Amino acid sequence: MTIQTTAAPPPTATRSGRDARKPRGSRLERRRQRWGWLFVSPFLVVFAAFLVFPLFYAFGMSLFTSTLATGTKFTGIDNYLKAFTDPLFLEGLLRVGAYALVMIPAQLLVALVAALVLDSLTTWVSKLSRLLIFAPYAIPVVIGALMWSFLYSPRFGPATTLFDLVGLDAPSFLAPDTIFGSLVNIVTWQWSGYYMVVIYAALRSIDPSIYEAARIDGANGFQTATRIKVPMISSSMVMVITFALIGTLQFFTEPVVLRNIAQGAIDAAYTPNMYAYSLAFSYSQFNYASTIAFALGILVFAGSYLFLFLTRKQSGLK
Amino acid sequence: MTTVTGMPSRTPRGPRGRSGREGGRRIGSHVFLIILAIYFVIPIWWLFVAATKNTSGLFSSPAFWFDDHFALFENIAGLFSQQNGIYWTWLGNSFLYAFAGGIGATILSILAGYGFAKYRFRGRGAVFGIILGSIMVPLTALVIPTFMLLSQYGLINTPWAVILPSLLSPFGVYLMRVYTQDAVPDEMLEAARIDGAGEIRTFFQVALPLLRPAIVTVLLLSVVGTWNNFFLPLAVLTDPNLLPVTVGLNRWTALSNAGAGGEQVWNLITTGAFISVLPLILSFLFLQRYWQGGLTIGSIK
Repeated sequence: MTIQTTAAPPPTATRSGRDARKPRGSRLERRRQRWGWLFVSPFLVVFAAFLVFPLFYAFGMSLFTSTLATGTKFTGIDNYLKAFTDPLFLEGLLRVGAYALVMIPAQLLVALVAALVLDSLTTWVSKLSRLLIFAPYAIPVVIGALMWSFLYSPRFGPATTLFDLVGLDAPSFLAPDTIFGSLVNIVTWQWSGYYMVVIYAALRSIDPSIYEAARIDGANGFQTATRIKVPMISSSMVMVITFALIGTLQFFTEPVVLRNIAQGAIDAAYTPNMYAYSLAFSYSQFNYASTIAFALGILVFAGSYLFLFLTRKQSGLK
Repeated sequence: MTTVTGMPSRTPRGPRGRSGREGGRRIGSHVFLIILAIYFVIPIWWLFVAATKNTSGLFSSPAFWFDDHFALFENIAGLFSQQNGIYWTWLGNSFLYAFAGGIGATILSILAGYGFAKYRFRGRGAVFGIILGSIMVPLTALVIPTFMLLSQYGLINTPWAVILPSLLSPFGVYLMRVYTQDAVPDEMLEAARIDGAGEIRTFFQVALPLLRPAIVTVLLLSVVGTWNNFFLPLAVLTDPNLLPVTVGLNRWTALSNAGAGGEQVWNLITTGAFISVLPLILSFLFLQRYWQGGLTIGSIK
């Protein structure tokens, strides 16, 4: 997969991301190009030590099983067979899948509509709104989840007071059947503004003369938005969805924080990441925890890769 | 054409004459935006109000308005006395990890971005492709193996356990590469070489000054990324004195919710959370351009 950046290609280089043509010219020139290795090597050392090596290490760990009785022995893909028949892991996967199906469209819709509205206005109200909608991105996820857990809480939250006024019982936001919506709300609040700014930036880079042409052809504002603006920013939408997908499948922080207050609704294996965490740090089953982590990693990678492949026409990735 | 100057590229637009029904639509649009803005801001407002209440005020007064008793300074004093002021240790740790990890990650990104953008060494495309692909590897999948590797080297429960993995920023490398390609003209590098400057001097004196806006953006993204990290420090740190503020506050919350035997420090949690977001909110307001800088290159064409 190569990505073409929009950078103007230097006269001799091919488009970035492709293997460059053999450097022309002298041996001297070729020797100079080797300096590139020097510049990239510090990063590559860290990359090897903290990304490539841990991945291989996790895979290696997953091929072994250690028990007190038998010690550590090689068990091949047994751990994977166990994982993919393990109801706790499968339920977690289905759950983050369901979250992805609800959460990503919710965030995208809020972000897209807000960006389109902002793009059609130039008042101080719209500038201020843009800043405020983006603001939650500056709040750490843990703190965001903490804040919402207070707001959801029957003891501290505003809901009890509000519903008392009309003489009704407040709904519980932390019950097993409502926790899903409560978590969707937290994530939507936290990230929509960020995605909005991405989409808004893409909208601002469209040449406005297109709108003029559309108007002359008799398109109204709504048609301009849906038929011209949205197709023209599809590449940034693909980016947003990809990042949201990678984030959602790793769902961890928000349910962990909410679990403090909603033990009954969120168990220790609520998401695959939480399951891996509790296997490793509560039960010291490092081999099986590595299996779960690695399996999740592969699934996320494959899922996002597949999504990028399916949308390569829209995103311009080749 | 995308720019990574930290500002969305503005195309000048004349007065908008879209369709006839401007007036009505605009009021509708404004109302819509204001409702959205309120939704996004009200939890932050709540946090500010809650930081000024003591525990009984948190229970009894309206959630979105101040209590009669203004307890912010008592709460701050409480943060100093609770467990000998461990909260301030946490805050200091957060700063240390975020800046050490963030500055390190930025330096590595600048060097690698320049190397990928301006040299055509053998294997460049393949290596860069792997780095791009790694953006799709969920970093949380690496936490458990990273924990095991670090514990083999006796680095668990040291600041290094958080700082070293935070040096990794493939996205930062990608940003710097894209920006360097645009902002540093090859002709300038050639000219410097012809004048007899070596490769390293050329980089420091010619390229580096041109990269300043992107450097600030990458620095901001990596500092904030480390500051916000939760899974990694949760896994590799158990010593209460080494925790960053995110993990520490979560621990207090768990204890307060457990109730029995656990001390209830609700007012310290809200005040602590409020103080910990202040630096971020301030940097957000003053460095807005750079906060958005990393986002504008989302449009790959």
